[in-house]
Amino acid sequence: MKVALFATCLVDTMVPQVAMATARLLERLGHEVVVPPGQSCCGQMHVNTGYRREAVPIVANHVRAFAGAEAVVAPSGSCVASIHHQQAAVARRAGEHALAEEAAALADRTWELSQFLVDVLGVTDVGAYYPHRVTYHPTCHSLRMLKVADRPLQLLRAVRGLDLVELPAADQCCGFGGTFAVKNAETSTAMLTDKMANVLSTHAEVCTAGDASCLMHIGGGLSRLRSGTRTVHLAEILASTEEAVTPHQSTTPAVPA
Amino acid sequence: MTAVFLGIPTAPRGVGHLRGDLSFPDAARDSLRDGQLRANLGHATATIRGKRAAVVGEVPDWAELREAGRAIKAATMARLDEHLIALEEQVTARGGTVHWASDATEANEIVTRLVQATGTDEVVKVKSMATQEIGLNEALEAAGIAAHETDLAELIVQLGEDTPSHILVPAIHKNRAEIREIFLRTMPGVDPGLTDDPRKLAMAARAHLRERFLRARVAISGANFAVAETGTLAVVESEGNGRMCLTLPQTLITVMGIEKVVPTWRDLEVFLQLLPRSSTGERMNPYTSLWAGVTPGDGPQEFHLVLVDNGRTAVLADEVGREALHCIRCSACLNVCPVYERAGGHAYGSVYPGPIGAVLSPQLTGIEDNASLPYASSLCGACYDVCPVAIDIPSILVHLRAEHVEAQQHAGPEALAFRALSKAMSNPRLWRLAQKAAGLGRFLAWGRPTLPAALPPPASRWTRTRDLPTPPKETFTQAWAREHGG
Repeated sequence: MKVALFATCLVDTMVPQVAMATARLLERLGHEVVVPPGQSCCGQMHVNTGYRREAVPIVANHVRAFAGAEAVVAPSGSCVASIHHQQAAVARRAGEHALAEEAAALADRTWELSQFLVDVLGVTDVGAYYPHRVTYHPTCHSLRMLKVADRPLQLLRAVRGLDLVELPAADQCCGFGGTFAVKNAETSTAMLTDKMANVLSTHAEVCTAGDASCLMHIGGGLSRLRSGTRTVHLAEILASTEEAVTPHQSTTPAVPA
Repeated sequence: MTAVFLGIPTAPRGVGHLRGDLSFPDAARDSLRDGQLRANLGHATATIRGKRAAVVGEVPDWAELREAGRAIKAATMARLDEHLIALEEQVTARGGTVHWASDATEANEIVTRLVQATGTDEVVKVKSMATQEIGLNEALEAAGIAAHETDLAELIVQLGEDTPSHILVPAIHKNRAEIREIFLRTMPGVDPGLTDDPRKLAMAARAHLRERFLRARVAISGANFAVAETGTLAVVESEGNGRMCLTLPQTLITVMGIEKVVPTWRDLEVFLQLLPRSSTGERMNPYTSLWAGVTPGDGPQEFHLVLVDNGRTAVLADEVGREALHCIRCSACLNVCPVYERAGGHAYGSVYPGPIGAVLSPQLTGIEDNASLPYASSLCGACYDVCPVAIDIPSILVHLRAEHVEAQQHAGPEALAFRALSKAMSNPRLWRLAQKAAGLGRFLAWGRPTLPAALPPPASRWTRTRDLPTPPKETFTQAWAREHGG
């Protein structure tokens, strides 16, 4: 299958290794990956901060960039949820009905990574090797808007060498919430503290999730505390193999960017 | 004089409890430091969450019930005027009197006048959100009338000269040691050997209240539901204090928001299943009181129903926000909300805290009077999942944020930044330049994997407590293009 990869603005700019891992993984599974060069952002940050009018041209750019794509995959539950639940709605509200139609049609062909692997490709064992103690945080939009359920856990259970430990109170938000983390920094930090306490209680080396944004939040807190527990995106774990594991297994990604 | 239509009126300022003195982030800053509050709330909300999940999980058709609840509310709101007129007719036909109050001030005047007409200077009260909203107790006090709260938690709040912090459990922020202290300090004639045993505390409150029930000539209640076709009012409760108030006094005054009406008796079937399981985590609440008008020789011989708007019609006019009027005040959304659990109810500044408060209060008062509330959410969606009438609270929060942004006359620094970012994100060439500029941030890190903690605002609001990774030299799309000759 020919897969168009939507890196998302955050991953593309801040954590490129996540998108690279997604591409390597899909290629290893025998699929052709294309990266439409016109892509930027899904518009979620604008919509969720109250700038729904300003989000419309961003949605239009996204629809233009991925026009004609057979399948779009993104390593983010949150961005895919925005594509599914917000893009057409903001276009429609702005009176851009043709754009709304196109956005809705594109959303039907857009998948979050774990859903694409399990539901579309029908694989749970992607042939990965990751010899670490790992706990999984189900991010809110993956869990409640996309309903990815246990798909990421199915994928993780099939990874060779991986010791999966259950995260207590896993369904509690980490406190990121986009601009919430800045506008309500103190409440956000209080939520993060409880999430970190739960992560650390598992004695996992790695906390993983399907969203780089939430991981940047949890990882930013863990790093500030010098906790030693690091955050690694699900795509990076699934892309790791015996051949691609870095010798030190420090915070550097398993797949060289 | 020419009449100028200035929009549908919202709840007036200077009366009632829908507005706080501080913005949410400022109020939360103080409450987050209160370790006792955090412990009390964490314990209480986790307990109720668990109870709710267990009793909801045992109902095989919960999803259908929830959809029925949503559909009944949506259909009722679409013809609210007709249902209210039908309700008035039925209540009147059964010997009650209906009063219409456009706002809190008018409602308080009506109730004060009705109490004064009976010649009494004290009333007993059933726990009611509507009377808290309009500030009725303060209005009665100003008229020399003492209002005694009879719900245990409301009593604790009243005796402690505190304010409620939860819709269902107004004293959720207090633990039993604190309650014992309040009782010892404020309850006349209380046993000085009172312990913090919950049963002992309840018995002390019971003795204190019993005397007031037997003495009272006037009771004031709210209503959970009002059935238009029969003129029946419904109050559901756990303690039996409501039943005492609703049956013993000569005069009963019920103050109700206009959105509480349901068209038919049969509709109660749905809500009386949804409400107790969602609110207290019980299969059924211990007391459900239903009455219509007056019954000669049995119960109150005078019944008044005060229908309050106080901004509700303005909420109804907003096609996205109106869903907030479907709320049946169960509090399930408060109990699952990670923001409420940490910041507490007082941080919202309104009698309606938590996720539902964050969408209801700003709409009742007009968005600019509660502009920080729609942002008091990480949009995690837990509230929507548990809402028994499926109010899409996250979508309303996002809608109200936009209403606030669009109401601004002048663009502030945030608006300018978002506009510039929108320009960049909708033009691939500009976006690549913006990404390059962001990448230059790596020089601030001096080769370290994270940026310095001391950055200028607004970045500092992140970096004060969390590290920010150093931006990479090359974006993914750049690296990909280099590898694939793009």
